[in-house]
This record gives sequence, C-alpha cells and structure tokens, in this order.
Amino acid sequence: MMNDMTRVERTVDSKAIKIAANNVQVHYGDTHAIKDVNVEIEDKTVTAFIGPSGCGKSTFLRCLNRMNDTIDICRVTGDILLDGEDIYDKRVDPVQLRAKVGMVFQKPNPFPKSIYDNVAYGPRIHGLAKNKAELDEIVEKSLRRGAIWDEVKDRLDAPGTGLSGGQQQRLCIARAVATEPEVLLMDEPCSALDPIATAQVEELIDDLRKRYSVVIVTHSMQQAARVSQKTAFFHLGNLVEFGETGQIFTNPEDPRTESYITGRIG
Amino acid sequence: MTDISQSPGASSAAKPKGSLFDKDARTKRRNAAEGRFKLYGIAAIGIGLLMLIVLVTNIVTAGTGAFQQSFLELNVELKEDKLDKKGNRNIEDIKKVSTFGYAPLIASALESEVQKLGIQTDLKPKEMGKILSKAAQAELRNYVIANPDEIGKTVSFRFLVNSRVDGYMKGRVTRESIANDKSISVAQLDVVDQLRDSGVLYKAFNPDFIFGSDASDQRPEAAGIGVSMLGSLFMMFVVLALALPIGVAASIYLEEFAPQNRLTDIIEVNISNLAAVPSIVFGILGLAVFINYMHLPTSAPLVGGLVLTLMTLPTIIISTRASLKAVPPSIRDAALGVGASKMQSVFHHVLPLAAPGILTGTIIGLAQALGETAPLLLIGMVGFIASNPPDGIVAGFLSPNSAMPAQIYEWSKRADPAFYERAWGGIIILLIFLVTMNTIAVILRRRFERRW
Ligand SMILES: Nc1ncnc2c1ncn2[C@@H]1O[C@H](COP(=O)(O)OP(=O)(O)O)[C@@H](O)[C@H]1O
Ligand SMILES: [Mg+2]
Repeated sequence: MMNDMTRVERTVDSKAIKIAANNVQVHYGDTHAIKDVNVEIEDKTVTAFIGPSGCGKSTFLRCLNRMNDTIDICRVTGDILLDGEDIYDKRVDPVQLRAKVGMVFQKPNPFPKSIYDNVAYGPRIHGLAKNKAELDEIVEKSLRRGAIWDEVKDRLDAPGTGLSGGQQQRLCIARAVATEPEVLLMDEPCSALDPIATAQVEELIDDLRKRYSVVIVTHSMQQAARVSQKTAFFHLGNLVEFGETGQIFTNPEDPRTESYITGRIG
Repeated sequence: MTDISQSPGASSAAKPKGSLFDKDARTKRRNAAEGRFKLYGIAAIGIGLLMLIVLVTNIVTAGTGAFQQSFLELNVELKEDKLDKKGNRNIEDIKKVSTFGYAPLIASALESEVQKLGIQTDLKPKEMGKILSKAAQAELRNYVIANPDEIGKTVSFRFLVNSRVDGYMKGRVTRESIANDKSISVAQLDVVDQLRDSGVLYKAFNPDFIFGSDASDQRPEAAGIGVSMLGSLFMMFVVLALALPIGVAASIYLEEFAPQNRLTDIIEVNISNLAAVPSIVFGILGLAVFINYMHLPTSAPLVGGLVLTLMTLPTIIISTRASLKAVPPSIRDAALGVGASKMQSVFHHVLPLAAPGILTGTIIGLAQALGETAPLLLIGMVGFIASNPPDGIVAGFLSPNSAMPAQIYEWSKRADPAFYERAWGGIIILLIFLVTMNTIAVILRRRFERRW
C-alpha cells in the first residue's frame, strides 16, 4: 500500500514537512483503531482526512497533539515527528505540545465566559502577553484571524456561549490561534453548522493556510475537495491512500477509495 | 351513522378501518389504566400533603407557647444594707451576697404589690412567693451585679413566674388538673387571677428562650436553647472547615485524576456505602478514636464536629462528583486543546462550573449534620446541661456543650410538661434553620443551573 502512495504525484512546489508519522498504531484496549499509518503533513497546507465513520480519522488526529493521552485505555505506538522531534518522547510535555498544535473540535465548545476571556485564556496561561495592552492586541489579532472580529468587536464582554453556532466555531478557531500554534487540527469543524456558517468557516480555513499547517477531518467529500490541497483516505484503521486532493478525487489509485468517493462505501 | 353501525358486534379485526371517533376496546382499557395510575399518584401526594399539614400544625400549636412566657412585674427596693453593707459598690463584695439574700427583697416586693392592689388572700408570704420562678432570685442577683449603681433605688423588675402559673396562663394547667399537684394550689391561682386582671402578670415574647441557656429540672420557665445553638454553630464551623475542603479535594481527585482501576472502584463503592452507614456508628467511632484514643474532651463541639464531618463527607463527595460529572467533557477538551494542564483545566473551568452544585450539596450535608442527634449521644453531647454560654472562641470549641437536637431530646425526656412545650419550641427553631438552609440550596441550584 505504501508503494502505491509513493507513486502519487506531488506538487512541484513541494513544501517543508511539518509532521511525519511513522508506523503509528493505536489500540483502545483490544480494539485496534489505527493500523500502521505512515503520513507526512506539509507546512502551510490544508490536509483533509476523509473516510467512513469509525475508520479512525479522529483517533489519528488526536494522536497529533496527544489528546489521546487523556483516554486511559488508549495506547499509541510508532513515532510522530513535529519538525523532526518525536512528540511521544518521554521528555515532551504534552501540555506544551498542545500550545503548538492547536485543536478545534466538532461541537463548538467556547468556555462559558466572555468572548474576550475565551480568546485571552490561552495567552494568559502561557504568559504570551506582558500587559493588558499586549493581551488586547493578541485578542484582536486572533479574532481577526478567526474572521469574527467585525461581528464581536462591540461586545467582547458578552458570553461566548451566546453567539450563533457558526460564530462560536470561529471563536473557537480564534481561541486556538491565539496561542500562536504551528499546526491547527480540526475535527469535523463544520458538522454542527448550517451551510452559510460552513462556507464562512471554509473560507477561513483557506485563509489560515497562509500561516499554519491545517489538518481537517471531514465526512464531507465536497468539503475536502473545496478546502484541502492534500487528502488522506482512511478505511477500517488503515490509511488507504494519501495524495493531492485533485488526484484522489479524480483519479484514485485504490479501488476502496474509488468506492468511497463514488458513494458505494460510507 | 345508522347504516354504518348495522353490525355493532363486528370485531375491529373484521373491520380494520374503524372510525377515529370510536375508541376501540384496547384504547379504552389503556386510558382506564392511565386514569387509575394518575389517581394513585394524586392519592399518594394527597396523603403526603395531609401528613405534612398535620405535622406542621402539630408543631406550631405545641411549640409556639415556648416563645411566650408569663412575667410578673414588681417594684423591688434594692436595700443597700442587704446588698452592699459597706456601701462602696465593690463588685466582689456584692457578689458575696448569695441568691438567698435576695429572697426577702422579692418577698416584700410581692407582698406590697398584693397589698397595693387590695388582693384578699390567706396565703402566707412564703406560699405566695411560689408564684414566682425559682430562678427569680438569681435573675435579680444577675441584674444587680450587672448594674451595681441601682443599689439603694427601687426598680421595676420583670420576674419569671413558676412554670405551673405560666401553664395556667397558657391554658395548659387548669384548676382541676392541679388537684394532686404539690407545687401549686388553688389559693395561689386565685392570687394569679387577680394579678393578671390588674395587668402586672402578663404573657410576653420571651427572647431568653431563643438566646438563653438551659436550666435545671426545677426551672423550666428559665430554660433556653441559645447555648446549645452556639454548640451547634461551633460544630458546623468544624464540619464546614473540614468536610468541604476534604470532600471537594477527594472528589476532584477521584473524578478528574484517579486512574480507572480496581482500587478506585473499591474506594468508590465504599464511599457510597459510607453514605448509608447509620449515624450512630460514626458516633461510636468518634468515641473510640477522638475521645478514648486521642483524648479530646468529652461533650466538646470540636469532637461533635469531627464526628459529623465523617458523616457529612460522603454526602459532599457524592454531590461534588455528580456536579463535576455534569460539566460537559467538551469544556475539558477545550481547555486541554489550548494547552492548559489538567489542573488548570479543572481549577479554571470545571470547578467554577461545578461550584453551585458543590455548594448545594454542602449546604444539604450541613443541614443533615445540624439535625443529627444519634452520634452526639455517644460522645456525651446529649444529656449535657448547657447552662452556661462558652466564654470565648476556644472554649466554644473545647468546653462541653450541647447541640440543638440534643437539647430538644433532653427537654423531651424531662418530666415537667413545661419542658415538653420547650422541646416543641426547639423543634420550631431547628426547623427554621433547616428550611432556611435547604431554601438557600434550592435557590442556588435554580439560579446557577446551566443548560448546555
Ligand atoms: N474513547 C474510545 N474508547 C474506545 N474506543 C474508541 C474510542 N474512541 C474511538 N474508539 C474506536 O476507535 C475507532 C475509530 O474511531 P474514531 O477515530 O472516532 O473514528 P472516526 O473519527 O473516523 O469516525 C472506532 O472503532 C471507535 O469505536
Ligand atoms: Mg470522528
């Protein structure tokens, strides 16, 4: 299978490798959720993980910032390198890692605090701002990057939970970028949103690519096609195919990928 | 309609498409069953309400009397040659005059009052004096010690009357019921009637019942619940100071940090079991550990508080864990996702959201502890006569005291029906505390309840 992958054409302007996963296996107790996955995620690129539900997309995504550590029965083997450093090394503090590899979740989950405090929380605990003025600046910058500044600038003290679903999700993205991460992981960020909010978030994701390496899990192939440059197709815990998004959608190598894309498995 | 219902006996199976307006037998049976069930429910609630009404009316009718007391107002001449022979108002010398020294002053005050009002009676002054409480001399003595400047003057003083006279004023004691009573006679009641009619003997609100101290068997009219209320208060301080931090810390650890394994399972089961342990078991544990082994003082609110802490801990732990569980995991994920440590996620986000629930559980736990009597039995707080208020905070924790429910139990044991009335009065005070605490808990829960 890996041989298949190497045959996938790469873009000419090949970018630096941000995350490299080698022989990653994940077990939940006796369930073998991820089976020997190798993948290279580029910097300043949107990489989409697609596949039928239960195939391990979220599991693999959560390996990338060690969110799986919080699940007692979860066991991860193999190595995942972030800029060449193994994030599962004993010396790595997962808390520090998560500031570098931010995460946006499926259901918008703002803290039940003000919009300002939502965004300021990360910078505060990491000591990114020396004073209130600097913090204000970070908050504004992050909200702008989250494409929500114009909508909330007059009510930063209002509770974040009072926003609409789409606004909440963009607030969560702003919160994630506020800690100056290098990688942004998004687990089905639009699945709880209506089409208009989805379009806004997708536009935002495309914009985020300028600064971050973005990995997005989606169950919508159209979405993967719209926002990503690279696509990885997972099936039953295996990474079946990984390559240029255009390539995967128009000319998949693996019959399973083709069946999924044409709607025969799902 | 007539031609449709030509064959009313035809089963619905034969005619599957019956009219929606006709209920079939099945629906009728189902509706009847539902109606019956609703009726049972209403009946159950009705019985419950009835019991509650009976209970409340009973308590109120039996207990309100304790808040009122009969007083006799007399003009007492505080003779200097009796109370302060040296005339220098030295407080130590004044204290040397015992309660017996005050008796003649009160007797002559009563006698002159009776004469002034023109009351005809064959009673000897000594017999007449029995109208007053046995606490009367002590009351006057305390007053003089507190106000030595009044010596030499004639002051108007409000004396407690004997509990039988008080009972007569409240209708508890009648001329018929005292036939075999040695402590009061019909002749005395005649005097009482006339004193009442002339307005010097009257019923009034008695703050000493709420704030005062307990009195001996002989003086029910002087007994108050105030000192044991202090005992309860000091115990609640101990419970709050220990059970809240320990309970919350234990719950946070178990809920957020502890690995899921056999050991934590066992601990969990045992905490639930502890909540079901009869409180007297905690009492005997307290006796064995705190008094016999650690040699803490008997009857002390500190020990009572420690025992009640043991009893309250499971309640607090269970409610804290429930409110921690109610905080959605997405909040924890959100915090971890921006690089907060486990502890930061708990203390910055989870705990504040769980706080109202924790507080509610704590208040309910405290209310339970406040009303608990059985464990206090074994550490000597039940049966202790709380006749003196503790002097100072340290003494409040360490010197022997009683507690409200223990005081109520103590009063209900005593023979004199006047104490029985006070027991009911004590119950009213205790219930006011409990209802207030529970109301606060409910308000907190309502106010901060969050829908996700
Ligand atoms: N917390 C967990 N405990 C046990 N098994 C899990 C857990 N999370 C996911 N799994 C299992 O791992 C597999 C992959 O799940 P997941 O990564 O959520 O799939 P996807 O996101 O692609 O729908 C599934 O079989 C699922 O049952
Ligand atoms: Mg998923």
